[in-house]
Amino acid sequence: MLARLSEHLGPGVVDTHAYRGDHSAVIRREALIAALTFCRDDPALKFDMLIDVTAVDYLKYPGREDGPRFDVVYHLYSIPHNHRVRLKVAVEQDDAHVPTATSLWPIANWLEREVWDMYGIRFDGHPDLRRLLLYEEFVGHPLRKDYPINRRQPLIGPRV
Amino acid sequence: MGVGAFFTSKLDEAIGWARKYSIFQYPFVTACCGMEYMATACSHYDVDRFGAGLPRFSPRQADVLFVVGTISHKMAPVLKRIYDQMCEPKWVVAFGVCTCTGGFYDNYATVQGIDTIIPVDVYIPGCPPRPESVIDGLMKLQDKIAAGTQRF
Repeated sequence: MLARLSEHLGPGVVDTHAYRGDHSAVIRREALIAALTFCRDDPALKFDMLIDVTAVDYLKYPGREDGPRFDVVYHLYSIPHNHRVRLKVAVEQDDAHVPTATSLWPIANWLEREVWDMYGIRFDGHPDLRRLLLYEEFVGHPLRKDYPINRRQPLIGPRV
Repeated sequence: MGVGAFFTSKLDEAIGWARKYSIFQYPFVTACCGMEYMATACSHYDVDRFGAGLPRFSPRQADVLFVVGTISHKMAPVLKRIYDQMCEPKWVVAFGVCTCTGGFYDNYATVQGIDTIIPVDVYIPGCPPRPESVIDGLMKLQDKIAAGTQRF
């Protein structure tokens, strides 16, 4: 599966990893939409279901101090083949945006809104990039590692 | 004690006795404590024995607001509004540790105790509280209702 993806995308695939049926591929941002489209449409892969879009903040992560700060992670599942894959895209803090996958899977709309809400990563071309879970008055993105753990932003009640 | 004061205090007592056995509750259920609330409300533990068997799903018809489950900052204005819509006399029960103090949700999203938003009469801690503690809290509330000055 990963070999087929690497073969098709060439330099678009930076790295692959497989361990006990758990397959991951690190994709360059420019090749992301091509990779997702290929995963969805290729008859041998047929990843017709987008399980989740999420992100990881690697701020001050041991061994990755100099690397890109965020990973955007896509989990895909194929109903006909019953197999799964994980695609990751690394993005820098100052350049935190990736192309949207809403044209491929409509569910990406809300999943990407959640990632924007929690991590502040923008999705280029998203039709409606608003916060999904938090309220509009909220300042910042709480799942970033530099968000203070005790910071509260109450709508009503005592300000803390 | 004059005849008038005697009469008022006895009337208060009678009204308090009546009120404590006719608790119309509004269950504001947001989280897992709701399961424990249902277990307590249903026939096995049966809050109907204490006259609290009829939950009203309109705040305008309720006397006691049961806040059951974690309240987030996004939900807080809704809770405040529900409380404001209830008619006097009214009481509030904080059900579960999340409503009492925020519980272990010491994070960006959770209200650290609903008493930062609305006044609370009885706190029932526990995660979730056992039905025995809920009934204990309900009986404490009954004592409070009966002992208070009755406005009408």
